[in-house]
Amino acid sequence: MDLAFTKEEIAFREEVREFFKNNVPPETRRKLQEGRHLSKDEMVTWWRILNKKGWGVTHWPKEYGGTGWTTVQHYIFNEELQSYPAPQPLAFGVSMVGPVIYTFGNEKQKKEYLPRIASVDDWWCQGFSEPGSGSDLASLKTKAERRGDKWIINGQKTWTTLAQHADMIFCLCRTDNNAKKQMGISFIVFSMKSKGVTVRPIQTIDGGHEVNEVFFDDVEVPYENLIGEENKGWDYAKFLLGNERTGIARVGVSKERLRRIRALASKVESGGRPVIEDPAFREKLTACEIELKALELTQLRVVADEGKHGKGKPNPASSVLKIKGSEIQQTTTELLMEIIGPFAAPYDEHGDAGSNESMDWTAQIAPSYFNNRKVSIYGGSNEIQRNIISKAVLGL
Amino acid sequence: MDFDLSEEQRLLKESVDGLLADAYDFDARKKYMKEKGGWSKALWGKLAEQGLLGLPFAETDGGFGAGAVETMIVMEALGKALVVEPYLATVVVAGGFLRHGGSAEQKAKYIPGIIDGSKTFGFAQLEKNSRYDLFDVVTTAKKKGDGWVIDGEKFVVLNGENADTLVVTARTKGGQRDKAGIGVFLVPADAKGVTRKGYPTQDGLHAADITFTNVEVGADAAIGDPENGLPLIERVADEARIALCAEAVGAMDESLKETVEYIKTRKQFGVAIGSFQSLQHRAADMFVALEQARSMSMFATMASDFTDAKERSSAVAAAKVQVGKSLKFVGQQSIQLHGGIGMTMEAKIGHYFKRLTMIENTLGDTDYHLRRVSEGGGLLA
Repeated sequence: MDLAFTKEEIAFREEVREFFKNNVPPETRRKLQEGRHLSKDEMVTWWRILNKKGWGVTHWPKEYGGTGWTTVQHYIFNEELQSYPAPQPLAFGVSMVGPVIYTFGNEKQKKEYLPRIASVDDWWCQGFSEPGSGSDLASLKTKAERRGDKWIINGQKTWTTLAQHADMIFCLCRTDNNAKKQMGISFIVFSMKSKGVTVRPIQTIDGGHEVNEVFFDDVEVPYENLIGEENKGWDYAKFLLGNERTGIARVGVSKERLRRIRALASKVESGGRPVIEDPAFREKLTACEIELKALELTQLRVVADEGKHGKGKPNPASSVLKIKGSEIQQTTTELLMEIIGPFAAPYDEHGDAGSNESMDWTAQIAPSYFNNRKVSIYGGSNEIQRNIISKAVLGL
Repeated sequence: MDFDLSEEQRLLKESVDGLLADAYDFDARKKYMKEKGGWSKALWGKLAEQGLLGLPFAETDGGFGAGAVETMIVMEALGKALVVEPYLATVVVAGGFLRHGGSAEQKAKYIPGIIDGSKTFGFAQLEKNSRYDLFDVVTTAKKKGDGWVIDGEKFVVLNGENADTLVVTARTKGGQRDKAGIGVFLVPADAKGVTRKGYPTQDGLHAADITFTNVEVGADAAIGDPENGLPLIERVADEARIALCAEAVGAMDESLKETVEYIKTRKQFGVAIGSFQSLQHRAADMFVALEQARSMSMFATMASDFTDAKERSSAVAAAKVQVGKSLKFVGQQSIQLHGGIGMTMEAKIGHYFKRLTMIENTLGDTDYHLRRVSEGGGLLA
């Protein structure tokens, strides 16, 4: 047992840090630190810088542009990326549909889609959830009917993150109504520019626009856009959701936020002294740091386990990462709220401007607190994660 | 980075788990607790035979030169089996003082007795008003000729009733809460002027309140620098806390297993109560708490070799916080999920709860250590 990184791993971490320092646009970093939304341009610009360096699709097989890193290197890269902070690669393309395509797609699909994911020529979004199918995803109703060499798609998806920017969607569609609900689903990809696709924005409680409803009205899609086999889509969806589980703890994100909390709490005064000198506040902050340290170690244990036994089956212990990781992220946003107290109130309809110059940095704190309630809901709600632990780990 | 045990460590784990599986089921434990002094000399002899009492000592001192990971393995196993024998007081604490502060003569005099199982120790540290501050010492050690005269009262000394030798913290100069001027002394438990009042503890161990009245010891009784013993005391206390974290992880692990087993078999409304989601989610939360504690126990184990004392103490305190929180949740919920049967002395689960609860209040509770980390500038710095 040895929890220290090797010399090579430490050198790698330095290399990654150095690269971020020299290449992440400062404005992008600042916006992330302050919890602001990035424009599409800002994100794409950064991802293309990453891709040019060869770090756009790090965990893909080498033949498709991956790095061949060890699991520990991947861990270090993600950790540094999150805590710098720099935008993470667009999960829908890089972590979700990409691996499904190179694992289950045919040669033509691999050639057509993979390079464009890496270069961000295609922005992908995820068509999974529906108004009636949240945690019970397999009950989804969006229908794809085969007509000659085409699919005709009708239905509705929801919570579609950043669909307003998307060029492509990967979509779970019902293709067999008579089979058991998991057995009649296919995995189909198509252009968001197709006729019959309508995107309607959903404004979330923070005032932002991240998610959308997407409607399909007789959308015609070439039959060859089916990935893998017909009616096997549920297997691919499970594969996709099991990928990259360890990233979900977002330890780096929380670390960065805790550093910011310490800095702000040393600056902002309450009762004639900096907030950080209030023992009650400081102990809450410390308790959160300790939980995060424990989570970081738990994450490393899962990473080490993956490194040894290969990825393959997702480790059910990774549900611990989702539960704790989301709770800690939420706690950090609560601590930020405590620091600014009454200055949380001003609301700026236009989001990123900040209400006045001197309190500019407070502008996104309340929205970020509201927005972060999502993290215990998405990606399999924490209640679903508890179901997974009780069934897969405890055998209940 | 590597979380695996080495081949040797794996064998150690197998052997200690195996020994306790054979010799330490719940009924055996009850029998041992009824023996004179409240624990089993025969079982202690078995631990000695397997080399477990000599693990951390240098090979030149007759031990096996094992490290913190080996102690973690043993403590976790002891926690699983709810072992009442004085491993912590004797091997970890007294052994720690001898290893880190003992002179060649002291090592030669005391270590062989620990390794062969013939001698046990007690750590006389807690005072009426000291709570968890190791530097808060009123008991005095005054120079007399070459030796020392010790006066004072110590409380809840684990294994104090049975120990052959007491490791005593005492003030050689300065006031009650001065960090300088504290020494550590080896005092034979049968020395003139030592009065012991023994009693069982809530968790089935034994302890004693001990009065020292004009107790005379030789110059060779002092371990390390008698005027600046605090760094040594803190180091050994940290090692004891690390051991307690591992013991708690073992006890929590077993508590959760017992509880899951129970709710799988206990039927109400015609079904196993483990089929109810509210209980499933509680058990899942217990698993989360356990894994977070296990991670911090490992972290603290690694920290025992940190050369920077401040860094070590901060890591160990953080671990004690996490373990303290987890053990309270796992312990309490184990009782809750067992229902009425969990309230009885007959069921093993309550005994885990009691041991876990006492671990939290040994060498600093959750709030105490949280304050320490907080006042030290946090954990991220």
